[in-house]
Amino acid sequence: MIRVQTEDFDPGAELEQLQQLNKGQAGAMVSFTGLVRDLNAGDTITQMTLEHYPGMTEKALAKIELEANDRWELTASIIIHRVGPLNPNDNIVFVAAASRHRQQAFRACEFMIDTLKTNAPFWKKETVADGTRWVEPGTS
Amino acid sequence: MNTGLLFKYSMIQLRYFASLRESLGIGDEQIELPDGIHDLPGLSRWLQARGDTWASALADNRLHVAINQEIAKADASITDGDEIAWFPPVTGG
Repeated sequence: MIRVQTEDFDPGAELEQLQQLNKGQAGAMVSFTGLVRDLNAGDTITQMTLEHYPGMTEKALAKIELEANDRWELTASIIIHRVGPLNPNDNIVFVAAASRHRQQAFRACEFMIDTLKTNAPFWKKETVADGTRWVEPGTS
Repeated sequence: MNTGLLFKYSMIQLRYFASLRESLGIGDEQIELPDGIHDLPGLSRWLQARGDTWASALADNRLHVAINQEIAKADASITDGDEIAWFPPVTGG
């Protein structure tokens, strides 16, 4: 399941949903939650805005989830990414995988967040004391 | 036959994102596929001829291009109706 949304999400509630999707088949659930840091490249961040490419974003996330399900035996998976204005400590991204055994879930979860970071069309713009700037790849 | 229906109608949709969108001052536009343009390098050169802002912004070799919302190779061909997007390296997650 993938979602792109402006509103916040509750990682605990999403894990409960993942558990329901499993229908009792899974023995393990692994999740990653990405947050807005209050500091980047030595500067205090007061706000962050996430831009994306509507349409392509959903296709890219669906492809990442599909590939994870091809490579590992998952019983359920979730990718959620927020867009729009965010504040420090806000949730940005949530990725979770469930499988019969933990190793598959760990690997699939790591694959999904790592691939999302390089393949999904999102761009971060951060607000610092003297204005706004686009985040450079590899620093986020 | 109604010859009025025979006018050339080969539009392409162009989209620009993030820092590139800000540099160009435009996020998307629909243009007629220019005569003789069949691939991304040709289209990029045609857009760069619009002026210094376009020339310098689109000459950035870190830019990615997507055709119809799929990442494309720099020398990919283009056809009528395509949606072509340029954007800087992604920074989500």
